[in-house]
Amino acid sequence: MSKNGPLALSFHALVVVFMMAPLVVVCLVAFTPENTLSLPTTEFSLRWFKAVFERADFIDSFYNSLILAFVSATLATLIAVPAALAITRHSFPGRNFFNALFLSPIIIPHLVLGVAMLRLFALMGVNGSFTWLIFAHVLVITPYVLRLVLAAAIGIDRSAEHAAESLGASRFKLFRQITLPMILPGVAGGWLLAFINSFDEVTLSIFVTSPATQTLPVRMYVYATESIDPMMAAVSALVIALTAATMILLDRVYGLDRVLVGKH
Amino acid sequence: MSLLTQMRQGRRGYWLSAPALALYIGLLVLPLGLTLLLSFNVFDYQVGVKSDSYTLDNYGAVLTDSYFYEIFLRTFWISALVTLLCVVIGVPEAYILSRMGTPWRSIFLILILTPLLISVVVRAFGWSLLLGADGLINQGIQALGGRPVKLLYTPFAVVIALVHVMLPFMIIPVWTSLQKLDPTAEQAALSLGASQAKVMRLIVLPQVMPGVLSGSLIVFGLAASSFAIPGLLGGRRLKMVATVIYDQYLSELNWPMGATLAVALLLVNLLVMLSWNRIIEGRYKKTLGE
Repeated sequence: MSKNGPLALSFHALVVVFMMAPLVVVCLVAFTPENTLSLPTTEFSLRWFKAVFERADFIDSFYNSLILAFVSATLATLIAVPAALAITRHSFPGRNFFNALFLSPIIIPHLVLGVAMLRLFALMGVNGSFTWLIFAHVLVITPYVLRLVLAAAIGIDRSAEHAAESLGASRFKLFRQITLPMILPGVAGGWLLAFINSFDEVTLSIFVTSPATQTLPVRMYVYATESIDPMMAAVSALVIALTAATMILLDRVYGLDRVLVGKH
Repeated sequence: MSLLTQMRQGRRGYWLSAPALALYIGLLVLPLGLTLLLSFNVFDYQVGVKSDSYTLDNYGAVLTDSYFYEIFLRTFWISALVTLLCVVIGVPEAYILSRMGTPWRSIFLILILTPLLISVVVRAFGWSLLLGADGLINQGIQALGGRPVKLLYTPFAVVIALVHVMLPFMIIPVWTSLQKLDPTAEQAALSLGASQAKVMRLIVLPQVMPGVLSGSLIVFGLAASSFAIPGLLGGRRLKMVATVIYDQYLSELNWPMGATLAVALLLVNLLVMLSWNRIIEGRYKKTLGE
């Protein structure tokens, strides 16, 4: 049952087409048998996917991105969980400032963060180092984990924690057996969201990667500024598939609508 | 209780925040400070950055050079137009979504919002496939007997792709404020004989205004600092602030100039956000009658 009139529904259809069109087109063009960017008309071909797997530079970048996203999302989670517990469970002077500071990278343009880190890394002589690239990503994705863990830590019933505490559970035991299981959806959802954001990040990474540490989005960006061919469509289709898989996982552990519109 | 006592009692809070604090001081506060410093450094094309001599010339150039002036102006009108289009498309769409029944509401909400999680490079590439000289839109125009139009590497391409990227950021806050709307208020107004237009104007719009304002803020800020979209769809000539900063750093190698532009971008962004916040706060106060 719908309360929307025909005019509203046609407007809605246009918006959906607008949002989906570029992604659908990329996925279709990836299967073209031609040498040009065209929709496959007579047959579907996998030749451009094969072409991707023959490009050692793209494969290397893919692994760079995968390792980077995995390690930085994990580190961000290890940093954000205690910080979220500090903000929700303890009161101390400067708490609101910490909260604002820890969420601030969300409102600072990635480009500004990129050039700022380029300067720091250049002065330290570590520009292009994979380790420092990881730390750079940890900074930009920590707010995403923090936001979800904060929401989870605020929303839970504290009585179980108080009971365990009064029964003499150690702080570690309390965390591991009571608090962590309760905030786990927030932690897992935060990790996945951080993973996706790190995997997709291009604007900051373009400043602090070297050819050896180039991530997949940076490689794709540089490639797309120089030439446009169906191989780019095949890479994009693979990225869409991987993102979709992560999103399904995110939906299972946390709920995609909760991540996107913050419904609780 | 003295501040010191409070701090002693809250020391577990500090311990737990310490890793985050170290990360943010090292990789946020320090690099931003260094960049601010760098923006005052003298640059020489022969020797590069002179880190021991300081000048205000870079800021003078940003304010007076017509090249930079033009780019800031272009960035501003593109971002303003994108924000306006996101309001015009996003607000009715969020309203339509909120009036849908299950399961369509969740399905379409996810369909419209998930592009948010897909790499912006992929989305920009998708638009270049659609808008290119022999792209799908031009193929369609030719099939209908028209002549191909130049779409790619024009402001049109940048604006349309930015709207695509930013629309979810508008729909989300508007959707959230619509959730707080009491459907019985609408029904009551309608049953008392108010027209649909009047219900919209007097009940729905005031309710979604905070969402529209915070959505506009996010969209404007992100559009003004967007890099990959103008980089891929604007071509070599259509520059925005972010792509000019990239050029200053990685092709001109004039880091102090790039740093100045980056500081200016950050300041303008923060200024817009803060003044916008003021407006929102002012509105809230007015409606609460304080």
